[in-house]
Amino acid sequence: MKKYTKIIYLFLLLFASIGFYSCDSDKKKDATETKKVSDDDKIVDGIHVRTGLKDGKGVLVVAHTCTVCHSADIVMMNRMNEERWNETIKWMQKTQGLWDLGENQKIIVDYLTTNYPMPKATRRANLKNINWYDLK
Amino acid sequence: MKRRQFISKTALSSLAVLAGTNVVFGSNMPEGYEPLLNAENDPFKMFGLDNDMTVLNKRPWNIEAKAHLLNDRITPSKYMFIRNNGLIPEKIDADKWVLTIDGESAKTTKTYTLKDLKTKFKQHTYQLTLECGGNGRSEYNPPAKGNQWTIGAVQCAEWTGVRLKDLLADVGVKGDAVYVAYHSADMHLSRDPKKEAISRGVPVAKAMEDEALIAFKMNGEDIPLAHGYPLRMVNGGWPASASGKWLKRISIRNIVHDGKKMGGHAYRMPKHPVAPGTKVKEEDMAIIESMPVKSLITYPKSGATLKEGQTLKINGHAWAGDLQVSKMQVSIDFGATWQTCKLEKPVNRLAWQHFSADIKFPKKGYYEIWAKATDSKGKSQPMLVPGWNPKGYLNNACHRIAVKIK
Repeated sequence: MKKYTKIIYLFLLLFASIGFYSCDSDKKKDATETKKVSDDDKIVDGIHVRTGLKDGKGVLVVAHTCTVCHSADIVMMNRMNEERWNETIKWMQKTQGLWDLGENQKIIVDYLTTNYPMPKATRRANLKNINWYDLK
Repeated sequence: MKRRQFISKTALSSLAVLAGTNVVFGSNMPEGYEPLLNAENDPFKMFGLDNDMTVLNKRPWNIEAKAHLLNDRITPSKYMFIRNNGLIPEKIDADKWVLTIDGESAKTTKTYTLKDLKTKFKQHTYQLTLECGGNGRSEYNPPAKGNQWTIGAVQCAEWTGVRLKDLLADVGVKGDAVYVAYHSADMHLSRDPKKEAISRGVPVAKAMEDEALIAFKMNGEDIPLAHGYPLRMVNGGWPASASGKWLKRISIRNIVHDGKKMGGHAYRMPKHPVAPGTKVKEEDMAIIESMPVKSLITYPKSGATLKEGQTLKINGHAWAGDLQVSKMQVSIDFGATWQTCKLEKPVNRLAWQHFSADIKFPKKGYYEIWAKATDSKGKSQPMLVPGWNPKGYLNNACHRIAVKIK
């Protein structure tokens, strides 16, 4: 990475973090501000562009917290209830260097269980997304 | 923790990730490699992958194949799944690469350059099946945590290297040896140099098998970066996590190896079957060893439409961990009747086996072809998803493809 790119990233992040910080007093206002200062938090067609997360209450907290060490893919792929997400957070704190999330933990878990709910139970699902073609 | 502290910590970690390791851990970086930073890089270009491969996770990289991409007898790297636990090392200098063998049960500690390995020991080539322990995880319910692999985290490549047992003999193994563990050059996701991303291995008996290799070639060429360049421990038939990539150190342990992802629930199954969703205590989990019997229909691709009366030639591969596949069957009526396939012997132990069959359909309509392999001890693949387990391992349920007769 070139030096000036690093500096740009530093500034972007600094702005994003300041925006994030002020967020708690007025979440709505902050979301708008953050969008303004940073391409990092652009939301297009209901998707947080940088991470691919669905837009929803708490999406920026999730985007800023859960993609520090890993991508958002692993978050979106997993479907858990409140109890198991809380356990997963505890496990990341114990073994992966995750910090104390404070009141953000509830925001994050609520966002995940609302936007990425558990699927209906099945022992073997029907085949999906079949692209039919003529076999020659 | 106060909010202000939390924010500064978040920002700092983000900076470390985005701005480069020189910000935080730069001085601690081990010599000889740097982790790959650019998560924005195109994985298809970076790893030379076919465009039909599915990216499950960008950091760390986890990418799988689709059944029809795995039709080759020997899997080329463009169709090979990538499962990483940490960050891929970059700027590897193979000329300076040194493998150390040590451990409580090593009579001596020795180091080897790649040249030493290539010139001082006899070389062997084997085709070895490597399947991720979590292949098929996406079908478990309630969903199991981790990368949601479907069916494509398996491959069988041709590996060339020296026998692990020849190296172990060169160092000398004490009578109390239990486990042979690997240590790798990849970095933990948190970028903390004190943490390993993964460090597993196999019991001594498995390490002493002829097919257990310390490989420097895959499919006749240098091992691709994503698969462990320049050196990989390869233990076919076991969860692919037992085959350490970017191999730096082998430890001959006098205990069951206690490295990263050996304990807890990682690569472990409940000792006794449990009901779906059960919480299982760590002490009630056992390390996965051989992978179970499994098969894939790799031709045709699911969705084939045929004319009435046309015979469909199908083919695929079957494998059974440490065992052989003794029988291969397909069904077009959801298991009511089974047709036996032609099944080839493995080219060597732990290589997957190829099967083929000619299938006729009685009338027009929608069909599914289900494939079922049986191993040399008489165990078959279940048609339903097998026993639920906390981490969603070992789903060897029958593979199936859709076919329509017009």
